[in-house]
Amino acid sequence: MGLDFSLSFSAEEMSNKLDTNTIYDTIIIGGGPAGLNAALYAKRKGLNVGIIADRIGGQVLDTSSVENYLGYKYLTGEELMHKFEEHVKEYKVPITSDVLVKEVINNEVKEIIASNGKTYKAKTIIVSTGSKPRMLNVPGEKEYLGRGVAYCAICDGPLFAERDVIVTGGGNSAVEAAIDLAKIANKVMLVHRSDFRADKILVDKLYGLKNVEVYLQTQIKEIFGEMLMTHIVALDKKSNKEIEIKADGLFVEIGYLPKSEIFENLLALNDKKEIIVNNKAETNVEGIYAAGDITDVAYKQIIISAAEGAKAALSANDYINKLK
Amino acid sequence: MAFLNDDIRKQITEIFEPMKKNVNIAVFVQESDCESCEDTKGYMEEMAELSDKLTLTVYDMNADAEKAAELNVEYTPAIVLLDENNKDLGIKYYGIPAGHEINSFITGVLEVSGAGEELPAELIARIEGIDKPVNIKVFVTLSCPHCPGAVAKAHKIALLNPLVNAEMVEANTFGELSNKFNVSGVPKIIFNDGADLVGNQPLEEFLSTIESL
Repeated sequence: MGLDFSLSFSAEEMSNKLDTNTIYDTIIIGGGPAGLNAALYAKRKGLNVGIIADRIGGQVLDTSSVENYLGYKYLTGEELMHKFEEHVKEYKVPITSDVLVKEVINNEVKEIIASNGKTYKAKTIIVSTGSKPRMLNVPGEKEYLGRGVAYCAICDGPLFAERDVIVTGGGNSAVEAAIDLAKIANKVMLVHRSDFRADKILVDKLYGLKNVEVYLQTQIKEIFGEMLMTHIVALDKKSNKEIEIKADGLFVEIGYLPKSEIFENLLALNDKKEIIVNNKAETNVEGIYAAGDITDVAYKQIIISAAEGAKAALSANDYINKLK
Repeated sequence: MAFLNDDIRKQITEIFEPMKKNVNIAVFVQESDCESCEDTKGYMEEMAELSDKLTLTVYDMNADAEKAAELNVEYTPAIVLLDENNKDLGIKYYGIPAGHEINSFITGVLEVSGAGEELPAELIARIEGIDKPVNIKVFVTLSCPHCPGAVAKAHKIALLNPLVNAEMVEANTFGELSNKFNVSGVPKIIFNDGADLVGNQPLEEFLSTIESL
């Protein structure tokens, strides 16, 4: 039995948390690529900066492999995020993680009310709360959540050893999930309502696998089962016929929804509920910046989020300098 | 064979430094029919070396059946974290807490030693207000990054209320139990073998579920 250990907190992190008595230059909400890079840039500019996050590493932690971050040919999502995190920790940035932000109050000094019952204060805020998996919104999805329906292939994949699973989605995450699951599962069926938009290199790899079947132009209509899911019914758009596909699991990888609920009354959002930012990562509220998947910036990619985080930090720095 | 490399040992040693009180790691193993018992025992032996506040007691499920019954240990491998007086606070791990679960194990040790996270007063009051016995099972896989958070919350509730006990259950090790509770997504949290939650939910969700039992 090969054991590995994914230690994710450190003594320094435990003692170096955000302080409620300090008014920070900037507090970053979110610990993914955008938030971590914003922290690095802000700190190097000399700002008094801290991070408050649900989890450090964000969604990249749920990604099995990253092969398109320049400079690294192959890393697991977790390895890449550890590198980011270690880099930020070199600069002794205080981090309060495992905490959700409940409300942001835009007074002269901005206040962040957190789920740990504490209120943190800052002159500027960088919002990088990211996104969460989008649901299919078909009948049976909620009923069979955790009974076959899953949203995290690396978490739940091991539970489907030697079983038959469906992956739905046509982007990189879906194809990567299918490739990973094919190593564990008996059979993987990729079901997607239109055509692939994943990178060609991944799609070619998928087609090269023996235990994978691909159903394009096939829209899932409903999920059925008893105690656990047993099958789906989908519409084959080419023949306009309903088909039944038996499977023990359904991994939903159809993209992400921005986690912007708490900002609805404070910041301007677009119709996708993404925070609208300009080319300096500024929102419609002075002193509040946003970066990464939470924003209306096109293409949700690790390297883009990280870069946007840098922009937000530099903009916050300009603003702080003007205050002085 | 060493399980933990020097780097991790050093890190954990630092993490354990704030420990206030002694913690006894009680490990239950058996000789046959337990694939991960030997590893769990070895891993815990290494863990116990990382702080002078940690002690380890290894029990055999059959030879020490009385102790197993006293601590309500039903399967192996099991780890029960006991406080400085060898008192059971209701914090248990079924299956080896390796992979990501090393984090829930470390959190558990710190909590039992009195160096845990502080909760807001209102949540403490709600936890202390639980007035019936509650068992919480948190099913995990070792590759699940957000599972340790769910385990830590369940353990925290157990720590603050003697009527509650909470256990991590590694789903692959305990396949039958996972099937019984229809676990096909983790973390899956089962309350009193009935009501369930899926995903690493906020502590408030745990409490609402418990209050509705």
